[in-house]
Amino acid sequence: MTSLFDSLLKYEMIIALLWVGLVMYVSHLISRYLTGNRMPGVAIAIGLGLFFAYFGGSKGVADHPLLAGMAVIGGSMMRDFSIVSTAMGASISEIRKAGGRAILSLFVGILAAFGFGVVSGFSMGYADPVSLATIGAGACTFIVGPVTGTALGASSEVIAISIATGVIKTIFVTILTPLLARRIGLDNPQTAMAYGGIIGTTSGVAAGLAATDARLVPYGALTATFYTGMGCLLCPSVLFFLLRALMA
Amino acid sequence: MKIYGVAVLSICFLTGQLLGEWLGRLFDFNGNIGGVGFAMLLLIIFGDWMKRRGWIDTESESGIRFWSGMYIPVVVAMASTQHVKAALQGGWLAVVAGVGGTVFCFLLIPLLAPKRGHDQGSSNDNP
Repeated sequence: MTSLFDSLLKYEMIIALLWVGLVMYVSHLISRYLTGNRMPGVAIAIGLGLFFAYFGGSKGVADHPLLAGMAVIGGSMMRDFSIVSTAMGASISEIRKAGGRAILSLFVGILAAFGFGVVSGFSMGYADPVSLATIGAGACTFIVGPVTGTALGASSEVIAISIATGVIKTIFVTILTPLLARRIGLDNPQTAMAYGGIIGTTSGVAAGLAATDARLVPYGALTATFYTGMGCLLCPSVLFFLLRALMA
Repeated sequence: MKIYGVAVLSICFLTGQLLGEWLGRLFDFNGNIGGVGFAMLLLIIFGDWMKRRGWIDTESESGIRFWSGMYIPVVVAMASTQHVKAALQGGWLAVVAGVGGTVFCFLLIPLLAPKRGHDQGSSNDNP
């Protein structure tokens, strides 16, 4: 019997696709039935991924022969390719209509998250600009972190921290948005656009706004869509060089 | 055909990465500087331009849409293949940076939100 199943091991990438599909499905069930859709399934799925990776070694679950294909699907080539494809949904005319304040909010949001991440990393013992930039980028979103980390050549350990930082941000945004909505005046499209630009993590923004006022979701999503692209552009370039110059 | 869309995506991807690698060499740094960001920017501009000319139809676009639909699953796979055990030795850094950074950003929202009564076009949703 074992040899029959062993014959499936050569289809490692297909097994990995099935595994990811199962993780996504379980995460959405958890999101729906345990959190009443309040917590985005996406954040739970990535969190579950990190949780399973804990039981592996330096390559996470891919150290297990059955899941070796996860390294192919989760490798940097597939990741970067699929991230770039998400830019197709963004339209320039829409963001132009949103105006200068929306664009400014993107810069402010990325700079603030990056800066906070760098300071946190520095105060907790990281001293090289590559690791610090990766952690700072992770404070933007769970995708800007690993993209920056791979581009700059950070270690897997630091990249894992940056993903976890982004996931915690997404979850926290979801919880905090409805609680703070009134205090920050989040009840009109303009503020929702500024909020989307400053916070940036798309799934967190969408879930947070849905819990506050569903009519505001498209406004927040409009600016948040550009956040990841801007983050992937700014963090491993201008912001990294700025950081390196500051530390030299 | 779907592959046309995927081909357009590939061109933007490769050009962006090339630009990132070139910048890396220009600044004497062994890495890719903003390649993914450049590629996204290219796809936004190039894709928009081709769409307006009618060079990309819905069928070609669905090729790109497939890949953007795979984005979260790919990210889940990526998270599953990190060295998490070593990362946990970094202690509470992810929690501090994630929670603290979020609170910090929330504090900035009122600064960029429109002043009450001065905003235009939002009267419908404004009580």
